[in-house]
Amino acid sequence: MTDSFAVSGSLRNRLMLTLIGGAAVLALLLFFVVRNYAVQVAQEGQDNILAASATSILDAASIRDGEVELDMPYSAFSMLSTSADDRVFYAVLQDGEFLSGYEELAFTNSQVFQTDQMRGSDVRKISASRTLIGANRRTELQIVLAQTQDALSETLDRISQNAALLGIGFFTLAVALSFWATSSTIGQLGKLTTSVTRRGPQDLSPFTKPVPREMAPLVISLNSLMGRLDQSLSQSEDFIAEAAHRVRTPLATVRSYAEATLQRVDKEENREAMRSMVKAIDESSRAAGQLLDHAMITFRADHLERHEIDLVDLVADLVQRMTPIADMKDLSLSLLGDPSVPYSGDPVLIQNGVRNLIDNAMKYGPAESVIEITVSARPKPQIMVCDRGSGFPTNEIETLTSRFQRGANEKDTIGSGLGLTIARDVAMAHGGGIDLENKPEGGACVTLSL
Amino acid sequence: MRNLIALVLVLLGHAGWAQQWEDRQVFNKAQSTMTLRIISSTDTDLFAPLIEAFILRNPDIAIEYLVTGTADIDRRFRKTPEAFDIAISSAMDLQFKLTNDGYARELEGVIHPDWAQWRQSLYAFTSEPAAIVINRAAFEGLPIPQSRQELIEALRARPEVFRGRIGTYDVRRSGLGYLFATQDARASETFWRLMEVMGGLDAELYCCSGEMIDDLTNGTIAVAYNVLGSYAKAREENQNVLEIVLPSDFPTTMMRTALVSKLSDNPTAAQRFIQFLLTFQSNPMGDARTLPALQERENGAERAAIALEPALMTFLDTLKRNKFLSEWENALIQE
Repeated sequence: MTDSFAVSGSLRNRLMLTLIGGAAVLALLLFFVVRNYAVQVAQEGQDNILAASATSILDAASIRDGEVELDMPYSAFSMLSTSADDRVFYAVLQDGEFLSGYEELAFTNSQVFQTDQMRGSDVRKISASRTLIGANRRTELQIVLAQTQDALSETLDRISQNAALLGIGFFTLAVALSFWATSSTIGQLGKLTTSVTRRGPQDLSPFTKPVPREMAPLVISLNSLMGRLDQSLSQSEDFIAEAAHRVRTPLATVRSYAEATLQRVDKEENREAMRSMVKAIDESSRAAGQLLDHAMITFRADHLERHEIDLVDLVADLVQRMTPIADMKDLSLSLLGDPSVPYSGDPVLIQNGVRNLIDNAMKYGPAESVIEITVSARPKPQIMVCDRGSGFPTNEIETLTSRFQRGANEKDTIGSGLGLTIARDVAMAHGGGIDLENKPEGGACVTLSL
Repeated sequence: MRNLIALVLVLLGHAGWAQQWEDRQVFNKAQSTMTLRIISSTDTDLFAPLIEAFILRNPDIAIEYLVTGTADIDRRFRKTPEAFDIAISSAMDLQFKLTNDGYARELEGVIHPDWAQWRQSLYAFTSEPAAIVINRAAFEGLPIPQSRQELIEALRARPEVFRGRIGTYDVRRSGLGYLFATQDARASETFWRLMEVMGGLDAELYCCSGEMIDDLTNGTIAVAYNVLGSYAKAREENQNVLEIVLPSDFPTTMMRTALVSKLSDNPTAAQRFIQFLLTFQSNPMGDARTLPALQERENGAERAAIALEPALMTFLDTLKRNKFLSEWENALIQE
């Protein structure tokens, strides 16, 4: 049953990749959003201080005697102190004419804030102006203030670090969650698989355990498939039983005619042909019987009915019934073992299994030999049937219990190959098994343990 | 005639050279492989012990020590920053602006308290309060004024004694004087009242501490305002003559600062010197030290030194400076 089939990808991997990929994208997004926001806030902070400083400088300007006077407040630059010791540049212009400060500090367009380069550093610049009204003139005083951005970039580095930590933390958490979510999802599939695998070979009943909604269609399909399988199986078993039953009766008739004819035929070649015919009919009839047995066992094993029985009584009864057949073949049956072995099982099944074993033993046992049937209670209830025949071929001891499998050395013996299969099915229906072994002094032993 | 012209030129040359520097000394010329040019406002005799200690540990380095005024340092350094390796000055504002304008080099791995350095470029290594230095003879039998207010009262009480006998910096020429004056003006109105009183008594104006202390020692003047106490203390012969008063109302404390030129040819040696300078000045066992140590900042703004911050550039603004100088002239120079 190990059919090869194509495996394409893995649900678990696909789910994991999707979740982790999503988490990575989200983490990156988080990092950039936080960082961008921080850049904005930090820049706003610097801009606000620059604006306050520029305003305080402009406020200190006045016109006295027609001359612009700028009493720059000490606090204007003091408030620009930063932890990173940022450099400060400024220029004071009157109607576009440079008055004091850094002459190269230019401010070109009309924006209030600009980012630029000055003396090898990035600077943030602000331009602010104020109209001063004197006694007889108006004049425009402009102040351009610039500050390097070292503290800003320090802050940004710190925030970036924190944002990165946040992103990594988020990602780690998401990965852990992905693992958990994936395994708990896939776990449901695994549970279903386990419960399918654990089923006995005959168990085709529908699944009734609750499954997640998404898996319900699968379980429904599985159940309906098993229902159909069960139906067709029992149909074919029924068919076989029916066929065997129908064949057996006419075969018995044919056999009796063949026996009668054998008595009347004198010619040796004809007698030989008739004997072969009888032998073939026996074989067919036995096979039909065994097929019937097998079908019956399959049915009863599915609906095992246990009764309190004594295995010794059971086997003794069987031995008694089979003694006449054994006598015909010049064999004797000997029942050994414990005086009483109580057991709870299906007497019909067990008898059937043991009969098949004795049947086999009678087939392979040489004439004038003894077939020993031992019933014992320990280590577990078991029935051992031993003959004095040639034993099993050692290389086939494992495969002999399969259906229709016969030993390679028994070509001239009647048999369908079902006997050991039936015995095994009986044992397994009771939770046991059968063991085949060859005795060192010759002969084969089959142990049916329950 | 030609000889005469040549002679005049040579003399002029010498005179020019002499005018160029207040002092010029080369240390360790013989053994060295390189020379550090240090332009400084600190008198050579105050700085020499430190240089000698440095040379002892770094025999491969010679030091050319050039002394001039604080304003002159700023002017020369801006003109030829490549000609000097290190600039040392007591004018914090000028030094700060040099750094802000990008003339100073950032030094990697120099450990110094945050408040005493700026941008890893400008390093403070002394704490020196401005002092009122008094010739004891002028206050014989009278209490020595302990604050600016008491000084004003003492001057007003005996104008005949102090007329023409008070000295202070000419803030137009001295960078340090300007720094002290502007910081005083920021701190209190008392400064302007004192200036007016001093102006009314025909105060003498000096370019440099040295001359002021010389005049004070020989009795030409009786009181010097905003002098560095360290300079007065440094001269042993003054110990009995002069009284150094740290004004109790508010102190103005300057930190001497050093920076390495961005265009220095010997940045590694210059950094070694700065490192040595800072270590030497902060070593509590520095017996050989002639300059005041860098004082730990005490709690409270009262005793704090002038902070190294961008605000130092405020009074260097042309408009602000013009306004301040005109007010100062109005107060002090009363024709």
